[in-house]
Amino acid sequence: MSKFRIAVHITPRKGLLDPQGNAVRDALRTLGFNSVKDVHVGRYIIVETDAYDALTAEDAVSDMCAKLLANPVTEDFEIESAVPA
Amino acid sequence: MKFGIVTFPGSNCDYDAFQAVTDILGEEATYLWHKDHDLQGSDVIILPGGFSYGDYLRAGAIARFSPIMREVAAHAKAGGPVLGICNGFQIACEAGLLPGALMRNSHLQFVSAEVRVRVENSDTMFTNLYDRGEILRMPVAHGDGRYVAPPGVLEELEAEGRVVFRYADADGGINADANPNGSERNIAGIISEAGNVLGMMPHPERACSPLLGSNDGVRLLESILARVAA
Repeated sequence: MSKFRIAVHITPRKGLLDPQGNAVRDALRTLGFNSVKDVHVGRYIIVETDAYDALTAEDAVSDMCAKLLANPVTEDFEIESAVPA
Repeated sequence: MKFGIVTFPGSNCDYDAFQAVTDILGEEATYLWHKDHDLQGSDVIILPGGFSYGDYLRAGAIARFSPIMREVAAHAKAGGPVLGICNGFQIACEAGLLPGALMRNSHLQFVSAEVRVRVENSDTMFTNLYDRGEILRMPVAHGDGRYVAPPGVLEELEAEGRVVFRYADADGGINADANPNGSERNIAGIISEAGNVLGMMPHPERACSPLLGSNDGVRLLESILARVAA
């Protein structure tokens, strides 16, 4: 078993109203960043886990996302490649 | 009849529910600790409002894994009544007892106010003492109350009469002004396919006495009594 670190990005499902992202977008435009088109605010989660190899670790984190870390109705998730921790 | 009221770390409407059941309804109630595995013979389960586990990750996401929730899910599967109020609605959705999810209010602000809801279906075990189309006054207090579900699920809910309450104005109009959180189709409460799980953001247990500004919530509890005791 080796120790791996895996980062997960969780974002609001595309097409769903994202009031938090809209509020941040509007604030950026108020600051003068007029070219900002869209902003989405999500979560960044780092999981450290023991696994036989990187692939096994990534599969486990994918399962974690489906069961708890992301809401299947409202959120999408992306998993980064596992790195040795 | 015995009501079991689940107390999670961070629940804050469990006492309100307890008092509504015992003082107003005149029935027996007991608190069920989230770490317990025993519903103590409860006929009806109430998942109360509050901020279980500090709303960490998502509202209700951690509470659904509390030990007691296994028994609550089994109770629901066997047809036992479950009433999820506010945070309890969020927990019921996270636990898969109800479809959809509750997201951050569209205006991003916590809303603590009295709202009106229209009774959309009076043929449920929770609403049989109301009239269809009746307007009820109840408080809401939440930051994550915007009900969302995939379009197909919304159509299914509508077709099966499972949208039980909708935010409305005083005349029963369903419009954006009457919607406190941006919920899709002004949905304030839904029931499960089998009809024994109700989730709603407004607080009927806090609308049980004229002293509190409204007693429109009493008949919801009495409806359960009428149906389950029958």
